[in-house]
Amino acid sequence: MKVRYFAWMKRTVGFADEEISPPADVRTVGDLVVWLRGRSAGHAEALAEGAAFGAAVDQRTATFDVPIGGAREVAFFPPFTGG
Amino acid sequence: MAVRVQEADFDVGAELEALTSGNRRIGGLAVFVGLVREMHVREGLHRDRIDALTLEHYPGMTEKALEDIEAEAQQRWPLEATLIVHRHGRLEAGDRIVLVAVGSPHREAAFEACEFLVDWLKTKAPFWKLEETPAGEKWVAAHEGDDAAAARWEKAPK
Repeated sequence: MKVRYFAWMKRTVGFADEEISPPADVRTVGDLVVWLRGRSAGHAEALAEGAAFGAAVDQRTATFDVPIGGAREVAFFPPFTGG
Repeated sequence: MAVRVQEADFDVGAELEALTSGNRRIGGLAVFVGLVREMHVREGLHRDRIDALTLEHYPGMTEKALEDIEAEAQQRWPLEATLIVHRHGRLEAGDRIVLVAVGSPHREAAFEACEFLVDWLKTKAPFWKLEETPAGEKWVAAHEGDDAAAARWEKAPK
């Protein structure tokens, strides 16, 4: 599964994307957030509890309770500021 | 009915001509053009002028999100033509950043759907602005007013 980071989260994590194989008990976006925090200090900071960020599963906006089983791509990003 | 995300500038006149050409059912065309405005941001005792920004986006998801928003507008109003063109990359003050055009038999639907599309794309399409200031780069924070503007269009749950 590919995980992608955007805007300031990309800078904080240190790269734009990574290939990961989380264990089977990582079932939802929220589980993945908790698991990713353990990968580096940058991950822990970008995905910290209370940090304002959203997620997408296979390029559709997703809440933290959405399952990630079978997903090809999960993305994390700050609130949108386009327009 | 079209959505485009591109680095290049767009020609408003040519876009509107192409959008309405051959469709005689359109009685009103509402158009919004967003520009990068020069801003002054207070940082402590300093006042920084921001005259350029870089728009990052999520290729793939951006197009899907804009198409979803466009489809939602078409469900809510009787529309004959819609166009969203959003730029990304580095833009300077005065540059065009977004074009939203909506054609309908009647003006009320065109005005409302145009405003809806602008409000929703600001909060639902994955774009992020990185401002250039004399003190360095700064990510733009989401604006609460934008959330409130987008929320006006949320439908009450059934």
